[in-house]
Amino acid sequence: MSLPAGARVRVRAVDPDHHTRMPRYVRGQAGEVVAVLGLWPLPDDSAQGIVPPRVETCYAVRFSAADLWGSGDHFVTVDLWESYLDQL
Amino acid sequence: MTSSKHHADRPAAARTRQLEERLIAAGLTSDDEIDGFLTKLYTSASPVNGAVLAARAWTDPAYRELLLADGNAAAAEAGFSLAPPDRGGYQLQVVANTDHVHNVIVCTLCSCYPVSLLGPSPGWYKSFAYRSRTVREPRAVLAEFGVTLRETARISVWDSTSEARYMVLPARPAGTELLSAGQLAALVTRNGLIGTALV
Repeated sequence: MSLPAGARVRVRAVDPDHHTRMPRYVRGQAGEVVAVLGLWPLPDDSAQGIVPPRVETCYAVRFSAADLWGSGDHFVTVDLWESYLDQL
Repeated sequence: MTSSKHHADRPAAARTRQLEERLIAAGLTSDDEIDGFLTKLYTSASPVNGAVLAARAWTDPAYRELLLADGNAAAAEAGFSLAPPDRGGYQLQVVANTDHVHNVIVCTLCSCYPVSLLGPSPGWYKSFAYRSRTVREPRAVLAEFGVTLRETARISVWDSTSEARYMVLPARPAGTELLSAGQLAALVTRNGLIGTALV
């Protein structure tokens, strides 16, 4: 999966037992890729001592406050690794 | 635990020291190495560095473009060598304020922050209140910092969850056309580079 800026994605609605950099407040939410940041080790693997960790593209994904909280007119952009996302 | 109210950071400091001692015992580092790292960090890391980048972007359109497209390259051009993520550093992502968009940085999971360009992070940046409220009600948080935005300005919050570290490029204040680069840099504050001040 390689996503261009502008792609619509949904964060997976999961609840892993291990460390993850997927903030709880965006799980299950739909957003838009605004930047492709880089190819970096997946923190979930690194934190579990998995050698080598998976290396994945990390995306800046923008969410609207109204989607996240039911109100508000701001945006929140969160950096999310490919494994955290499904393309819409 | 009656003393914990007065020494809230003591348990964390004790845990940190235990971790350091384990790492030293394992031969992975030494007190000298840790002290050397911290001395270097605290003598060179300062918001003056970020201010220099911001002021240059205000006066040089090509530099502004580079700063927004490739923060590490732009920092290097200004004499600040930032290690990339695979060498223990970070990827600098700079987001620009305009008449229509005001950016603000937070790290909801911990306290990620471009220390070398902004200096050690302020205590409030690490607080649960700032971290939880900024993504939820940024306009109210900014108002408490004394930042009142036009109703038409959209707030864009950046939650720093990866190897990227975000810095805000404040909008150049009106009436500063005659100032030198040094004078412009002196206008820029740490909070301006986080987004909790206009400049």
